[in-house]
Amino acid sequence: MSSTQQVPSVGPSVSVKNPLRPVGQRHLHDSDVTWTIAFLIPYAAVFLAFVVNPAGYALWMASNPSLYTQLAEDPRYLRTVVNTLLFVGLSVNVKMFLALLLSGFFMLRRWWIKPLLTIFLLPWLVAAVQVFISFHWMLIGEQGLINRILSVVFGIDGPMWFNHRWLALGSDIVAYIWKWLPFWTVIFLAGRMAIPRDVYDAAAIDGATGARRFVHVVWPLLANLYLVCTLLATLWTFGDFVTVYFVSGGAPVWSTEVLATLGFQYAFDAGEPALGMAAMLSALPVLVPIAIAMIRWLQTSDLQL
Amino acid sequence: MSAVQALLQPPFRRRWLRRVLTEAGTIMLGGILAIWSLIPIYNMLLIALDPEEGEIEFAGNIWPPEPSLEGFRTAVMQQTRYLWDFWHQFGNSLYIAVATMLLTLLTGSLASFAVGRMRLSKGAFLTNAALLTYSIPASFLVVPLYRVMHGYGLLDSLWAVIATQVAFATPFAVLILQQYARLIPLELDDAARLDGASAVQVYLHIYLPLMTPALAVVAFYAMLLAWNDYVYQFVLLAPRNMTASVMQAHLFTDADAAWNAMMAAAIVYALPPAALFFALRRHMTTGLTIWGAAG
Repeated sequence: MSSTQQVPSVGPSVSVKNPLRPVGQRHLHDSDVTWTIAFLIPYAAVFLAFVVNPAGYALWMASNPSLYTQLAEDPRYLRTVVNTLLFVGLSVNVKMFLALLLSGFFMLRRWWIKPLLTIFLLPWLVAAVQVFISFHWMLIGEQGLINRILSVVFGIDGPMWFNHRWLALGSDIVAYIWKWLPFWTVIFLAGRMAIPRDVYDAAAIDGATGARRFVHVVWPLLANLYLVCTLLATLWTFGDFVTVYFVSGGAPVWSTEVLATLGFQYAFDAGEPALGMAAMLSALPVLVPIAIAMIRWLQTSDLQL
Repeated sequence: MSAVQALLQPPFRRRWLRRVLTEAGTIMLGGILAIWSLIPIYNMLLIALDPEEGEIEFAGNIWPPEPSLEGFRTAVMQQTRYLWDFWHQFGNSLYIAVATMLLTLLTGSLASFAVGRMRLSKGAFLTNAALLTYSIPASFLVVPLYRVMHGYGLLDSLWAVIATQVAFATPFAVLILQQYARLIPLELDDAARLDGASAVQVYLHIYLPLMTPALAVVAFYAMLLAWNDYVYQFVLLAPRNMTASVMQAHLFTDADAAWNAMMAAAIVYALPPAALFFALRRHMTTGLTIWGAAG
């Protein structure tokens, strides 16, 4: 046991911060200062014009407290909050965990692994709107592909997926995982490939293979990456609009909306942009701490991405 | 003792059995993954291959009974409602995606060079501040962006969408580039500077070539971000600048549309990212292997 825990220090150390960077800062020349500023200007301009300005405007729009009492009185809003938490919590965690395991699977040496990886990446390559429409048709009614397969192959009568709140929300979650699993699997695959072979070899000599290798060697080296990616994926999933909009479309009767689609509805269908903004920004008390935690983690830890 | 008998001895047999089971499990998992990945895409193909005669698409077939390329022909020749302007809309999507990709590469690489290679004090702070962008998800900003774009005079222009996509792609691009740039020794920059190279020359002749694998990853990421977008293209663009995604969504809400042509168009729409993936794959895998080697 103790020998496997020391394994990472046997190979070349992997988590030394900036191993190639000389210690200490050097002073910039004057011309370098000019160039540094010039290099930063394009992004700074984009950031100010298209992120800071609209974000400020959004906060101003949603600043009226009466909007929030209006939201609290709308039963649709409360249901939507529950849906959003379930959608984000389940799809992010299941997706990241599967991606972590599958990245190990795709490290196997088999002749068919490479072609399989290409097939596995297809969901990432197909455009979201179109494939979620396909998901919708695949699940709708008795004639959808899924229910046909269920009845022809297994002899089961499939449920009406969009007539039941939890089944419909579950369909959204599965569709979302389907679309984004390959992306994170590739990120973790890169993370695993960054672990030098010597570390594996040394672990094998000490008898750490299979599950024990994962727990004592791979996981400690990937934990930082996993955590940062999970936080980032959480932020991105909160903003996801197309999955719910096209797969379940909020059916049955607005019971599977998430904050992004509900805010959109308030703003564009009901013509109440301020209320829509308030609904979306009511997620900020969750989003901002997650973003700050992610940034602090990135600052204090070395990440092999 | 023959070889077979040796294999049947308990210790060998157990190991052999275990290996067979592991192998079978591996192959089974591979099969499940392939089916899982292909089913929704197969469903697209199933609908696209139907001849357009009534509601055949939803007659509950698992195989297309009489596969026909009629849907593809209709889509490519723009011969049905909604698809009159298919290639124009496809062109708009492509324009947005390519411009987003190129601009993200430019702003991202310049910013990460300035922060990481110019020894800017507090440089990491700047990159992390950029990541704060994600604390308000992109789709939450669509209403204020509509008004902001109106103020900028960009509303209804493809550049409104491009600008927002670049703004949301760059923080992640900088993160990826920063991580990768650690593998390139700063001494290389120093040596070039001692030989009289300017900052711009170091950027052009050392940084960009050595960063190719990471840049390939960023290019692919940014292109897909724009290609997957629906909300911004829907809200910020005038009908004459409609993109393929928005058109497909319109078609989706029409009960009486030519579904087969629509799914055929969806499959055509999936081709550019696939082409870019295969074009960049070599560089991206190089990136992965270098990561592996450098650890």
